[in-house]
Amino acid sequence: MIRFRITDIVLGVGGLIALLLLWHLVTALELISRVFLPSPAATIAALEWGLVNGDLLPQTLATVNRMVQGWLLASFVAIAIGSLIGVSAVARAYIQPTLEFLRPLPASAIIPVAISIFGLNATMVLGVVVFGAVWPTLLGTIHGFAHVEPRLVEVSRLLQMSRWEFIYKIGLPNAVPDILAGMRLSLTVALILAVVGELLTAQEGLGTAVLHAARSYRAADLYAGILLLGMIGLVSNYGLAIADKRILAWKS
Amino acid sequence: MTDALAKSWRGWLFPLAVLAASEIWFLFNPILSDTLAPPSRIVLGAVDIVTDGTFLRTTYQTLFAAAAGLLIGMIAGTAGGVLIGLMRTADRLSSWSVEMLRPIPSVALIPLSLLTFGYGYRMEYAVVAWATFWPFLILTQHALKQIDVRLIEVSKLMGFGIFSRIFKIMLPAAAPRLFTALRLAVGLSLVVSVTVEIAANPQGLGYGLMVAQESLRPDRMFALLIWVGILGWAINYFLVRIEGRLFAHRTPGLMADA
Repeated sequence: MIRFRITDIVLGVGGLIALLLLWHLVTALELISRVFLPSPAATIAALEWGLVNGDLLPQTLATVNRMVQGWLLASFVAIAIGSLIGVSAVARAYIQPTLEFLRPLPASAIIPVAISIFGLNATMVLGVVVFGAVWPTLLGTIHGFAHVEPRLVEVSRLLQMSRWEFIYKIGLPNAVPDILAGMRLSLTVALILAVVGELLTAQEGLGTAVLHAARSYRAADLYAGILLLGMIGLVSNYGLAIADKRILAWKS
Repeated sequence: MTDALAKSWRGWLFPLAVLAASEIWFLFNPILSDTLAPPSRIVLGAVDIVTDGTFLRTTYQTLFAAAAGLLIGMIAGTAGGVLIGLMRTADRLSSWSVEMLRPIPSVALIPLSLLTFGYGYRMEYAVVAWATFWPFLILTQHALKQIDVRLIEVSKLMGFGIFSRIFKIMLPAAAPRLFTALRLAVGLSLVVSVTVEIAANPQGLGYGLMVAQESLRPDRMFALLIWVGILGWAINYFLVRIEGRLFAHRTPGLMADA
C-alpha cells in the first residue's frame, strides 16, 4: 500500500523519478538497443498518441470490458454454486476434494479445450476468463460458509430457518469477507486470462495490441500497451481494496 | 483412520461419477469425437503420449523452464526483499515504483520477452522470473519485519557483521515465512510457464496441449490436461507436507496465519 505521509510521498515519488531517469540514461547511452527498450519519452509519446489519435483507448476499453464481464459472471456463478455447496456438509464432503484438486490447475491450460468447443473467438475468451475467475471466489464462498460461527447455526435451527433463509440471512453475510477476498484474486486472474485470450485469438484489446507492436518492432507502442495493462491492474486493485473497506466497515 | 478412509472415499465418488457419466454420454453421442473424448479414449491417449516420448519431453521442458525462472525470481526477489525489509529508506524510496510495476500482469510481458529473446527457454525464464519476483520481494520484506526485535539486538550485541546478521540470524528466523513464499511461487511458476507455452512458446506441456488440440486429438489433449492438473496438485501437496515437517514444531501459529 502506498502511504500518504509527506516524507513518504516525497521519497516514493523521488524513487519513481530516479527509476525513470535511470531508464532514460540507459536508453540515452544505448546500453540496451532501442529495439528492445525505447526511451521513456518515446513511450510516453506513443501512449499519448495512441490514446488521442490511435486505437489504444478502444483497445483498453475492450480489454477492461472483457475482464469485468467475465469477472462479474464468474463471481455470480461462484457465489451461487459456492453457497449451495458450502451450506451442506454432505455436499462439501463429496465435492470439495475435487475442487481442491482442480484449484492448482493453470486456468490457461483449459484454453485448448475451450478452443475445441467454441473455436477461436470472443466467446472462447470469455469462457476461459469465467472458468479461471470462478475458482478463488468459489473456494472463498465455500470456506466462508464452512466457518460460520457454530452458535449461529444452532440459532438458525432453533428458529427453524429453511435452508434458503440460512443462506441469505446467515451464510452469505458471514461469508462476505471470504467472498470479497476471493473476488479480488478473481479480478487479477480475469485480467491475465483476458490478455492471454487476446494474444491467441486477435480479438480487439490490449493483448492483441502489444502482440502486434512486438511483431512489427514498434517497441514504444509495446511499452505503452504494457503500461496501460499495469494501470488496469493498479486501478482495479485499488478500486476493490477501497470497496472492501467500505463494505466490511460494519464488521470492525 | 476409518474416518479418513470414509472422507477420501466420498471425495472420489464425485469425479468418478462425472467420468462414468461422460463415458455413457459419449456412447450415445459419438459425433463430437474431434473435440472431446470419453475417459476410455483418454486413457489410450495417455498411453500414446507416454510411448511416443511427448510426455517426458514436454514435462521436462516445462519443469526446467519453471524452475530456472523461479530461481532467478527467487534470488532477485529475496535480495530486494532483504534490502527493503532492513533499510527503511530503501523501502520508502521503492514503494511507489513497486506499486506501479507490480500490477503489470506477467502475460503482458510475453510479447516483449518474445521480441527480446525469441522462442525458447530464455523468454520463458524471463516471464516466470518477473511473475515470481514479486511474491518473493513482498513476502521476504514482511517476513523480516516480523522477526523478534530482541534477536536482532542480540546479534548486534554479539558484534555480528551485517552479512552474518542477515545469513545467521535473520534469514533462519524468517525461514518459515520464506518457505511459504517459496510454496506460493512454485505454484505460480508452473502456472505461468504453462501459460507462456500456450500463448507463444513452442515447447513444453502448454504447447503440447495446443498441438493436441490443433491436430484434433482430444484424447491426447485431455491426457495432458489431467497430467498438468496432477503435477500442480502433487507439487503443492508435497510442499505443504515439507512445510509442516520443517516448521510446524517451531512456530505453532504458522499454519493459522500463513
